[in-house]
Amino acid sequence: MSKELIRLSDCVMKFDDDLILDHINLYINDKEFLTLLGPSGCGKTTTLRIIGGFQKPTSGDVFFDGVRINDLPPHKRKVNTVFQKYALFTHMNIFENVAFGLRIAKIPPKELTVRVEEALTLVNLGGYGKRTVDSLSGGQQQRVAIARAIVNRPQVLLLDEPLGALDLKLRKDMQIELKKIQQQVGITFVYVTHDQEEALSMSDTIVVMNQGRIQQIGTPQDIYNEPKNAFVADFIGESNIIDGIMHADGVVGMYGKRFPCLDSGFSPNEPVDVVIRPEDIDIVPVEQGQLTGVVTEVTFKGVHYDTIVDFRGFKWLIQTTDYSPVGAKIGVKIDPDGFHIMKKSRYSGMFGDYSSYSAEYDELSESAEDSGDEE
Amino acid sequence: MKNKLLGIPYIIWMAIFVVAPLILVVIFAFTGRNGGFTLENFSTMNQYVGVFGDSFLLALVATMACIFIGYPLAYFLSRENAALKGMAMMLIMLPMWMNFLLRTYSWMSLLEDTGLLNRLFQAIHLIDLVNVIGSSMAGLLNQPYEPIEFFHMINTPGAVILGMVYNFLPFMVLPIFSVIDKIDHRVIEAAQDLGADSTVVFRRIIFPLSLPGVLSGVTMVFIPSVSTFVISGLLGGGKTMLLGDLIQMQFSGNTYNPNLGSAISLVMMVIVLVCISIMNRFGSGGEEAVVL
Amino acid sequence: MRQNGFLSRIFIALVYLFLYAPIFVLIAFSFNSTKSRTVWSGFSLQWYRDLLRNAEIMDALQTTLLVSVLAAVIATIAGTAAAIGFFSMKRRPRGICLAINNIPMTNADIITGVSLMLLFVFAGRVLNLNFRLGFGTLLLAHITFDIPYVILSVLPKLRQLDPNIYEAAQDLGATGLYAFHRVVFPEIAPGVINGLMIAFTMSIDDFVISYFTAGQTSTLAMVIYSMTRRKVSPEINALSTLMFLVVLSLLLIINLRQIQQERAVAKKLAHAKH
Repeated sequence: MSKELIRLSDCVMKFDDDLILDHINLYINDKEFLTLLGPSGCGKTTTLRIIGGFQKPTSGDVFFDGVRINDLPPHKRKVNTVFQKYALFTHMNIFENVAFGLRIAKIPPKELTVRVEEALTLVNLGGYGKRTVDSLSGGQQQRVAIARAIVNRPQVLLLDEPLGALDLKLRKDMQIELKKIQQQVGITFVYVTHDQEEALSMSDTIVVMNQGRIQQIGTPQDIYNEPKNAFVADFIGESNIIDGIMHADGVVGMYGKRFPCLDSGFSPNEPVDVVIRPEDIDIVPVEQGQLTGVVTEVTFKGVHYDTIVDFRGFKWLIQTTDYSPVGAKIGVKIDPDGFHIMKKSRYSGMFGDYSSYSAEYDELSESAEDSGDEE
Repeated sequence: MKNKLLGIPYIIWMAIFVVAPLILVVIFAFTGRNGGFTLENFSTMNQYVGVFGDSFLLALVATMACIFIGYPLAYFLSRENAALKGMAMMLIMLPMWMNFLLRTYSWMSLLEDTGLLNRLFQAIHLIDLVNVIGSSMAGLLNQPYEPIEFFHMINTPGAVILGMVYNFLPFMVLPIFSVIDKIDHRVIEAAQDLGADSTVVFRRIIFPLSLPGVLSGVTMVFIPSVSTFVISGLLGGGKTMLLGDLIQMQFSGNTYNPNLGSAISLVMMVIVLVCISIMNRFGSGGEEAVVL
Repeated sequence: MRQNGFLSRIFIALVYLFLYAPIFVLIAFSFNSTKSRTVWSGFSLQWYRDLLRNAEIMDALQTTLLVSVLAAVIATIAGTAAAIGFFSMKRRPRGICLAINNIPMTNADIITGVSLMLLFVFAGRVLNLNFRLGFGTLLLAHITFDIPYVILSVLPKLRQLDPNIYEAAQDLGATGLYAFHRVVFPEIAPGVINGLMIAFTMSIDDFVISYFTAGQTSTLAMVIYSMTRRKVSPEINALSTLMFLVVLSLLLIINLRQIQQERAVAKKLAHAKH
């Protein structure tokens, strides 16, 4: 995590009347794994394409190593891209695909062969050079695309939802492999995804975007534990988000009660959003509970139960290994570090209620994102 | 939605109207006027070697010209916006709705010695210019110079080639355009990303990917060019006899000789087939041929 | 993608000028007051008036339209059925059928014409039928060269078809025929209509095959051909101009509507994103 390599300064992108990027400011460090995370249409792919040189921002500047590169065409940039649907050259074999960039750079044949083989070995495709593109599976094609980019030893590799077309199992394997490759070659990765799990498990830095704006920049731990607003809290993992009042430092009020917490720095009696992660809530007998509610739904999830509890009309999701039957009156207890307090934002009141809970929340939100990103 | 039986009537139809006629051509080619087997039709064909040569040469030149005009056109058009592309393609096909005989005939008005083009050249003093240059060049070389009053264009092989290019150019443009237009834009971006400037993108990506279109364009231009019998009649003034004219003569009027006509057709068909398959072999033509 | 520069645009314009110059000449001289096709002597509509009185041209026009419509319709029905049949076959027999199907399209027109002529003459002689080249043989020839185009435009639509929808319709209680016309046909209709259009165009435009198979019957193209050997009467120019204008306006309407629809869709998509 050393010096700054890429900087987007006040970048705005407009198509006709549509504002795609709304004053983006972002810097990317050398050798960092940075992920642009957000729902479809949030501007993450556009941001990547601006770095790659395929689109020019309507206003604002792009710097690479301190030099403004707004007008530099893609083929002169020291970045390479792994495209969403691979974009392999079907009229060339695997070797020629990977050798493409090296041939343009006029690398002598001997070195070229060595480097191509190295790159193919790096992605576990050693000896596949003579094969045609069509004879490879989706995962293999993806790895060719990575090899084709990496073989040029770019300073930055841009990856546009590279695992989007793969099935779940393969995706998990490739996540690990990608992270390994990044550490091996030691270059900057800028990764675009809508999959929060993928982002959390691979990144050094996550940039959460929505509606053309950056919502939060931070490490995976920061983003998960200290979300800045209701959008981030809801988009990363599961969150119960409740209206509250910050009575004083370390004291938050909800449902007319006071709870001890660790947050501070708010003005007295400031209205806030209170985030409580489902796994931070313990179910206890009614008399020991800080709050009491009624169980309305229970789903077995393997490791834990998803329990939906109605607290005066507001439904919470609680993840716990204790089974409570539907209709049971229960108490809950939350440790002070289980509370996370956020300032009110434009997203307040839009997220965090589990009234329309569905047992397939993860899968649903994922497949909804699949329907094409912005061009 | 499976029903094999629905294919049977058409298979029978093809047997009668596609396969049987071709077999008849072969049979006729090997029979004499009296109905017996003979190779005479082929041996008498010797006298027409020149016609074969002319036909294939003119068709080859016309096909090359179609590539040199049609490929850049298709490429440039593919870079225009969608609305313009649609309009341009429509305008490429529109002339086909006007009878090709008439359009070709119209070229006669343009190309004649006293035709519209020569009038235009006179009006802009192009002919005078040529005369001035010609006479001064001749003066330098101490040669006599005869001034011209017009460019002689009609009734030359050049005019026949022009007619072929004019009539068959759309068959070159359409398949090339449809292939180039379908190239995934991300593939081009990927090449740019890997360091390719626009020349390299064209040479290493667009051109190889567009080859199947060129191959089907060549087929669609070469075959009608080599076998036409109208264009040569109208624009060549009957001076350049082509294979089409030769075959047509054998099947009509007082030169009626279907046996010789069949033999010539058969030889032409075989040569064309051989040419096309050699071309497809070299053109890596794994892709499906693009028809229209 | 990058747009074209000035020189490329000039090139495009020149090619289009090349394609349209003879057409403009033809249209212009259809309004000429004398028969000349190189000297302009003044505006007149007399060739349009004469056109309506020219029995030879009007007869040929009628024959051309009749044979084109009949051949296109018959070929569309037969070709659609055949396409479904081919689609249902196994790979190898289908490959053979398609290869034979391609012959009339790739073969030189003159060979198709000559070989059909041989067939008709030969069949007449062998079967001792009292039949001559005429409208019947012309129609048979046209159907033969139209069907391949229909098949080629219907087959891709069949391949795109969800293989389950026919079964789904039957599962819901539809009979085979009902399922075809309510579920399958609407899906492949664009291909069928496209095939019909191509077949009609091919028939109307054909000269070479008609020339060898029509006998004494004359299509428009054949009348024009016999005229070009003497002198083309400007009435034909008038007729061509009229046909050209009809087609041009039809295509323009279709094209403009398409552009409008595309714009509307693009707008919708752009708005749906946010």
